[in-house]
Amino acid sequence: MSDERTPQVPTEEGRAQDPWGAQGGPALTPRGTPQKAPVTARRGDEIHAFPETAVGEGDVRTAGEAGPARGTSLWRDAWKRLLRNRLAVFGMFVVGFIAVAVLVGPAIIKAATGFTYDYIPPGQAVSYPPFTSPEGAFSWTHPMGTDAAGRDMLARVLQGGRISLMVGVISTFVSILIGVTWGATAGYLGGKVDDLLMRIVDVLYAIPYMMIVIVLLAFFGGRTPLQQIFLLFAALGAVSWLTMARIVRGQVISLKNQEYVLAARATGVSTPKIIFRHIVPNALGPVIVYATLTIPSVMLQEAFLSFLGLGVQAPYASWGSLAQEGIQNIAVFPWQLIFPGVTMALTLFSLNFLGDGLRDALDPQMRKF
Amino acid sequence: MFRFIVRRLLVTVPMVLVVITLTWALIRLAPGNFYASERKLPPAIEKNIRTKYGLDQPWYVQYGRVMRNIMTLDFGNSLRYESETVNDVLKRTVPVSAAVGICAYLLALLVGTTMGTLAALKQNSKLDYAAMGLSMLGISMPNFVLGPLLVLVFSLSLYWLPPARWGGFPSRSIVLPVLTLSAIYMAYIARLTRAGMLEVLRSDYIRTARAKGLTERQVVLRHALRGGLLPVVSFTGPALAILITGTVVVERIFALPGLGTYFINANLNRDEPLILGIVAFTSILVLVFNLIVDIAYGFIDPRIRY
Repeated sequence: MSDERTPQVPTEEGRAQDPWGAQGGPALTPRGTPQKAPVTARRGDEIHAFPETAVGEGDVRTAGEAGPARGTSLWRDAWKRLLRNRLAVFGMFVVGFIAVAVLVGPAIIKAATGFTYDYIPPGQAVSYPPFTSPEGAFSWTHPMGTDAAGRDMLARVLQGGRISLMVGVISTFVSILIGVTWGATAGYLGGKVDDLLMRIVDVLYAIPYMMIVIVLLAFFGGRTPLQQIFLLFAALGAVSWLTMARIVRGQVISLKNQEYVLAARATGVSTPKIIFRHIVPNALGPVIVYATLTIPSVMLQEAFLSFLGLGVQAPYASWGSLAQEGIQNIAVFPWQLIFPGVTMALTLFSLNFLGDGLRDALDPQMRKF
Repeated sequence: MFRFIVRRLLVTVPMVLVVITLTWALIRLAPGNFYASERKLPPAIEKNIRTKYGLDQPWYVQYGRVMRNIMTLDFGNSLRYESETVNDVLKRTVPVSAAVGICAYLLALLVGTTMGTLAALKQNSKLDYAAMGLSMLGISMPNFVLGPLLVLVFSLSLYWLPPARWGGFPSRSIVLPVLTLSAIYMAYIARLTRAGMLEVLRSDYIRTARAKGLTERQVVLRHALRGGLLPVVSFTGPALAILITGTVVVERIFALPGLGTYFINANLNRDEPLILGIVAFTSILVLVFNLIVDIAYGFIDPRIRY
């Protein structure tokens, strides 16, 4: 949304639509009854861009003090709200840290110890516990130990994280492409097209699609490891766009009757252009929120498939396939499972908190208290 | 109501056929088949095998046979387990998966709704934060991490429970699989219950109930829970889908002879009749469940009209 957007003054209508948004308000306001709210702002009145979440000074401005030209942007407002949510900030830090670690980590390990994710040291293959040298003494060489073939676990976990995160991000991107196009088309065109497109979504919702994905990967996968990864992107993206389509449709329906869309139509802008240039950018908030929550769920599905031996294949590794290798030796070498597993759980945990925080920040109306 | 059910059934039946067709097409389009092996068969033998399993007939005849099998719910013989029909395999494996799945769901329902309700009643308290943090952990912890961790603690360190293998339904071997499988639902159900209860607790009829002078216990148990659990009811459909994918992993971890294990093996063996049989079974199950949930919804919430 543009920076010029003026802060919204709460109106009777706005209140009535969202009686639950007022978190600090009296708990027992009857549904649909407007609370005592300043309906029009006079000079000197306090205007809250988002009265339900106004806490800090930055949220409160005085009418007349700053003209509409200097209004706080919706994005900056959201950012401030996000920073106030400690769990979301924690999630952001952890996700950032892990992203940087998987990007530069393998190179650093290679420079420091000479180990890469697929380097098998010569000699007898032994799995060393964390922080243990071949002689059994304390050592920094393998902070996560080594796997059954003697490869450095830390390098493998980081390399696996690269693949896992990549699958998560790219598949989510695929799902955004399909979901936004589908939902925006259905919502904007309405009528029969809407009915047809959304019925298809309803039908697909009810299908146990993971079984079809398993069949797809088992029968078409495995030619080359790289092909397998691309198949994963496509398959996981193709099954996770449904909720995205529903969310975008809802947004578009509420946006399409706005005046600026009417203006665009009056000046003869083509329908696809109206959808993608005028409506979709304004529906971006929920899309970002839902995309953030899609990444962990796609990563979980990738790990699940890799764990079954149908996903990422050697020489590549993902957290799921590392866990699958680790579980075979769990009684003797538990660290081979614990490190990839816990790293993955931590990443998903943080991504989920970040997604929840983003939802509260960008879309206070969707907030579930 | 009756018309609603009929209409839904009219959609449901074709959907099962679509799923089967899709699966069949995938199997057919893929290179290779059950008999393709490294060893090159003599042409005469290969021809005999193809005739025996009808692979020499045109695709529409084969497709017709598959469809007929689905209609009569008789999927023929498994290619891998030659002495058994697909229905035999289903009869043997479904009880195992069902026992684990149903126990996991009931446990999740019990713990999840309790946790969610308590969290909603004491919103923003330490209890609330603990319950929600725990459920976030449940959502984020993959079951193939949780399962082995439980094994590590309860089987390999404490020696309380068997680490794997199936020992029949009421036996100690079911405890760890059920715990592993139910964690993620517990988490989802707790979050859904909390959100639903928070919304309901602010509604008019709860205020009326309080105003009548009912005790808090009556207000919560008799009035609020009914509305607050609606999101949980509508989650039953998606839950079943997660349950099916979940059992596949849990059965792999604990080496249970259930539907999921056989489904994965059938895929790796290219056992077409078995794959189609299991896919048909699960799709019918999921679709019937969704139908039941939709109907149940109307009974719980009389405001909903069909």
